[in-house]
Amino acid sequence: MSAENSSVTDMTKAHIGGHRPPLQFELNASYVSLFGMSCGPRRDGACLAQIKEVEEITHVSNEKAGTITTAEPTIEKETQSEEELDLPWQVVVHNDPVNLMSYVTMVFQRVFGYPRERAERHMLEVHHNGRSILWSGMRERAELYVQQLHGYLLLATLEKAG
Amino acid sequence: MDICRRKSVIEISELDPFLAELLRQIPASANPDGAPAAEQRIFSPPIKGKATEFCAEWKMYVEPELRRLFQSATETVATDLEQLNGNEKSLANRTLRIPAKHSDAWLSALNQARIVIAAKNKFTENELNDHCHSPIGSRRDLSLFQVNFYGFLQEFILRELRS
Repeated sequence: MSAENSSVTDMTKAHIGGHRPPLQFELNASYVSLFGMSCGPRRDGACLAQIKEVEEITHVSNEKAGTITTAEPTIEKETQSEEELDLPWQVVVHNDPVNLMSYVTMVFQRVFGYPRERAERHMLEVHHNGRSILWSGMRERAELYVQQLHGYLLLATLEKAG
Repeated sequence: MDICRRKSVIEISELDPFLAELLRQIPASANPDGAPAAEQRIFSPPIKGKATEFCAEWKMYVEPELRRLFQSATETVATDLEQLNGNEKSLANRTLRIPAKHSDAWLSALNQARIVIAAKNKFTENELNDHCHSPIGSRRDLSLFQVNFYGFLQEFILRELRS
């Protein structure tokens, strides 16, 4: 990442000033959804179910009779989509000597909604370590993030964790 | 050159012909066509290693959308730059007014141009960080100055966005 271009200020003798009313900006970009795309191994079936057995043994005390009744265990079924079972995927941003540090920080704030401090921490990690994991989770969302980052011309890739 | 914010406009005044020409070159400089290194950088692969099927789908579905996005930004900038057309031979200083709502387009176009120029010239990180470079003496020096000048404009726009 490139450092601030302060010397250019000197070169061009630029004067920075004037009014700064609050503004609202947005990136007018419509992104193609990559839902359904995958390069990883797929399991058969549209949706995989995972059965989670929760044995809830209820002890009911009967003071009069002095006995304890044990209720039947209940089975709780919880389903997870294929994507949820395919966790996690990581969004990795790689160092690039051209992009300005302030620009990269702004992009992280916009794309991931991170506060400035966290965005700067990731930006510095990219700058010093060559890469930073910005987000991890479901693949479809990770693809969308990578696409958005490419829209801002950042070097971003999708990686399977581990 | 003076640069300041006036209400909903970013105003670059006292633009001498040289800097005005550099600004006029933004759309052309942002075009990676004919430079494989620049093209590869602008449309970088979404995954490292072998994932040819995924990369092929990315090329088919995502790249055209990114191309449209980048083109739209450079077109907006080109329209704003029309203010600098005419009187090409005049040495008088010019003023360029950029609507604040075009800030995103300018950030994108300036970034595209910087990346393409850097890729075409294969600038190293040291070169890009050397802001005390000797005066312009070659085409390569001019390109480096162009990258730094565009970076300066980006910094100003980002500063305005933050405030």
